[in-house]
Amino acid sequence: MIETKNIDFYYGNFHALKNISMKMDANTVTAFIGPSGCGKSTFLRLFNRMNDLIDNTHLTGECLINEQNIYQKSVQVDELRKNVGMVFQKPNPFPKSIFENVAYGLRVNDIRKKTFIAQQVEESLKAAALWGEVKDKLKKSALELSGGQQQRLCIARALAISPSILLMDEPASALDPISTSKIEELIYSLKKTYTIIIVTHNMQQAARVSDKTGFFMLGELVEFNDTKTVFLNPKKVETQNYITGRFG
Amino acid sequence: MKHKENELQALKEDVTQMWKLVLSQLEKAQQAFLYQDAKMAEEIVGREKRVDAFELKIDCDCENYIALYNPVAIDLRLVLSLIKISNTLERIGDFCEGIAYHVFDKDCPTLERKIVEELQIESLFDILVSMLADSFVALVSENTDTSEKILSKERDVDAIYRNAIDVLDNYLHQNPAAIRCGLKTVLFIRKLKRIGDHCANLVEEIVFYIDAKVLKHGNI
Repeated sequence: MIETKNIDFYYGNFHALKNISMKMDANTVTAFIGPSGCGKSTFLRLFNRMNDLIDNTHLTGECLINEQNIYQKSVQVDELRKNVGMVFQKPNPFPKSIFENVAYGLRVNDIRKKTFIAQQVEESLKAAALWGEVKDKLKKSALELSGGQQQRLCIARALAISPSILLMDEPASALDPISTSKIEELIYSLKKTYTIIIVTHNMQQAARVSDKTGFFMLGELVEFNDTKTVFLNPKKVETQNYITGRFG
Repeated sequence: MKHKENELQALKEDVTQMWKLVLSQLEKAQQAFLYQDAKMAEEIVGREKRVDAFELKIDCDCENYIALYNPVAIDLRLVLSLIKISNTLERIGDFCEGIAYHVFDKDCPTLERKIVEELQIESLFDILVSMLADSFVALVSENTDTSEKILSKERDVDAIYRNAIDVLDNYLHQNPAAIRCGLKTVLFIRKLKRIGDHCANLVEEIVFYIDAKVLKHGNI
């Protein structure tokens, strides 16, 4: 279970997130939608403390994962990020072999047992629906894969260290429709095991893959509801104007 | 107004035109029946093809809108409603045509004025015309305040229908030679009752579009 309580976030003096409270259940997919600059990616990055890497930022409120506030001083950020994996907009494989890309997180965490690593790589690639396409060329460079394959490789890399939460920041925006469809199918199957939060500009994608949808605007969470409700009968006029294209 | 809003507006305008045509068909059917006006009945039959053409165009345009614009929320509800509304209007148009053919029917001479009055056919027509006209206003004004009132008229239609069956039952017991015409009159009144059902369906679709509420089947 993920919960935020009265989150406010600032880039310097800029008030980027305003008093955001929400709950997300385990093994669900939650989509964040909203216009550019509305704060949805900033909010996503709170859950693995990626915003810590940005200078001159400030957070108030609580961000709880399994009832623990991840911004407490006692929390080890490295441990947190093992539990909360992240996939970015552009596929970013390392200039290494396919195998080594997936094994990377394990090796960084001092796991040396070859049979375990091989097993984990295979399971992660299978979970990312990529195993069938790469099993015979694991030693080839990851950079030789197509964009869609690279993105699934990055998902496999995130899964290899056995997180329970997966953050996805526009994971299919740089992909063609076939690769996008594969990523969406993957999201659907992964939610059996993982809790997934996805930021997307593609509203039909949000409608297709998520159980709940949050609509952000100007740093506020305007509406957070079941995806079916948001896309058939949104409760707020701002949400309706945005999803029907009447915004702006 | 954005391009996609113009497209939606055009769709709505087509349904508006179709609705006006069907309302006019119903009003003419009333006149044709009450005054046994064969010329007006012919006019109704002649205009039925226009009703059918509207349905085909609206179906096609709604399909295109869904495929091209992926509507959601109120836009999706509007398009889904317009498809059903045009189908329902087409059915009402068919019944108006059926009423027109009843006027031509040589097997069924003009009913006695007294029986027509007892059957309350004129009142029935008046209720149906008001249901169709009021629901049209609800759609155009996007206001469902009158929906309950319109739906309650369906109960009046049902009551007149039940009464008409009793009246014809008595009449045919006393005039067994008129059985063929009596049966055709039952079918004719049945058409009017079905128009009432369809008018209620129209209101349900408008409420779904505007208020996102499902009224049909007593919302099981």
